[in-house]
Amino acid sequence: MSIDIDTARRVAKLARIRVEEDALPALAEEFNAVLGFIEQLSEVDVDGVEPMTSVTPQRLKRRVDEITDGNMQEKILKNAPDAREGFFAVPKVVE
Amino acid sequence: MSDLNKLTLSEARDGLRKGDFTSVEVTETCLSAIAASGALNAFVHNTPDIAMEQAKAADARIASGDAPAMCGLPIGIKDLFATKGVDTQAGSRILEGFKPEYESTITTKLFDAGAVMLGKLNMDEFAMGSSNETSVYGNAVNPWKVDDRALTPGGSSGGSAAAVAADLCLAATGTDTGGSIRQPAAFTGIVGIKPTYGRCSRWGVVAFASSLDQAGPMTKTTRDAAIMLEAMCGHDAKDSTSADLAVPNFEAMLTGDIKGKKIGIPKEYRMDGMPEEIAKLWDEGADMLRAAGAEVVEISLPHTKYALPAYYVIAPAEASSNLARYDGVRYGHRAKLAAGDGIDDMYEKTRAEGFGHEVQRRVMVGTYVLSAGFYDAYYNRARKVRTLIKKDFEDVFAQGIDAILTPATPSAAFGLGEMSDSDPIQMYLNDVFTVTVNLAGLPGVSVPAGLSAKGLPLGLQLIGRPWEEGDLLNIAHSLETAAGFVSKPEKWW
Repeated sequence: MSIDIDTARRVAKLARIRVEEDALPALAEEFNAVLGFIEQLSEVDVDGVEPMTSVTPQRLKRRVDEITDGNMQEKILKNAPDAREGFFAVPKVVE
Repeated sequence: MSDLNKLTLSEARDGLRKGDFTSVEVTETCLSAIAASGALNAFVHNTPDIAMEQAKAADARIASGDAPAMCGLPIGIKDLFATKGVDTQAGSRILEGFKPEYESTITTKLFDAGAVMLGKLNMDEFAMGSSNETSVYGNAVNPWKVDDRALTPGGSSGGSAAAVAADLCLAATGTDTGGSIRQPAAFTGIVGIKPTYGRCSRWGVVAFASSLDQAGPMTKTTRDAAIMLEAMCGHDAKDSTSADLAVPNFEAMLTGDIKGKKIGIPKEYRMDGMPEEIAKLWDEGADMLRAAGAEVVEISLPHTKYALPAYYVIAPAEASSNLARYDGVRYGHRAKLAAGDGIDDMYEKTRAEGFGHEVQRRVMVGTYVLSAGFYDAYYNRARKVRTLIKKDFEDVFAQGIDAILTPATPSAAFGLGEMSDSDPIQMYLNDVFTVTVNLAGLPGVSVPAGLSAKGLPLGLQLIGRPWEEGDLLNIAHSLETAAGFVSKPEKWW
């Protein structure tokens, strides 16, 4: 599997990272180095092997579904780059 | 007393309880050492006011006879741990200015046990790196030096390792996703343990790869590792993967008696091209354990070779998901927008400016392996290989093996910048002996065991059975005693 410039552009878009057009060839090359390394996994016989979902055999704990916390709007907004009138502010999303 | 910063945790604890000195005195000595350590770039956010306040409170507790394990002991905290009101950046520009409104479970536990925080420690950005060269703060520098080159302290917990080795603090917290506690510990001649997955709560620790991340202590001795690990462990309702198991008194388990323990030497770890001095150190370590009464046997972990490739699918995949939260909306950096820029421009520009090169690469690799059409070929296959890697370990433990001895790293510390021209895989190979442990969720400890021909520290790794950190530390303690590693870096900074 080899990654071309179009794929690199698409992956950058999916990851929401702006990559300028002139940086795409180098990025594609780096992807190919990493993917070439990963490619070794295809040698392994994984027939009938379950993909790991949890490294420890424990069952996740359950808890009662109840409100335990809240009413901290100010704290939640404190670190926002742009917070106004009790909300996170972002560029216009609806025309 | 001017050398209080050079004490181990156990020495300082005992001295404080006896009244030989106060926490304020130990803390002041560490703060002076930190003030004079700019060249190491280990501490990146200093918190002297918090430290002095905590030290005074600790002295009062000690005077009143209420002195838990860590009471009055000054430590450094990796920048990955959320500390309330104190800069927490995970070594990244994208979290510039972020001051959490909450405290991580581990730092809460340490502070409840009386520990004193001196400041936050340098690290690779989002813990992605093996040399501390991906940090927004610049490189942390190894206090060990053998020529005019500045050496890496390893990574990602490079600042923690440098700070402990240089006696800027008595111990530090680290985190380990693929070797990030054990490799820097080995590069700087200190002890670092990654406990079993689930031992330490991950709540409030900035997430990199959630199924692999574990926090642990980085200390001057195995005894200190036992003391500090106990203070860090325990069930936490806020982390659903944290284990609801009793935490033993690890220090009490350091009996020094390892007679009859079965130590495995995995033949697959004897890699082609392994430097002679690493192979020799490994053999010597096996001899030391044998001399202490352990039985040393060759074992096989057949899927070892596939651990790094599996890791470089699973870790980036989880990272791409975890790091999606850095969008310029809720915290940290937001790019300056041009007129007419929409919300996608904001995301893309913010993440391009805020993430460094290695983080961007891993997020995009993760995005790729999770994308439609490749999910089965890469991500699911890697998770199956991970099952096989874990089974390799289960098989040898079922044969009665108590612990496994391996080198900690394929080399001694290398020069900062020396790897910058090589492809990323060369850097990834640093974790070849440690990454299997994260994939299998096991405890692993790095113990300083000798010096390289050039005079740099080398470490050996012991891997234990799940939840058997106490037994593992006891074997590590025997190895430490037999190796008798006492060298310290000569002060040049």
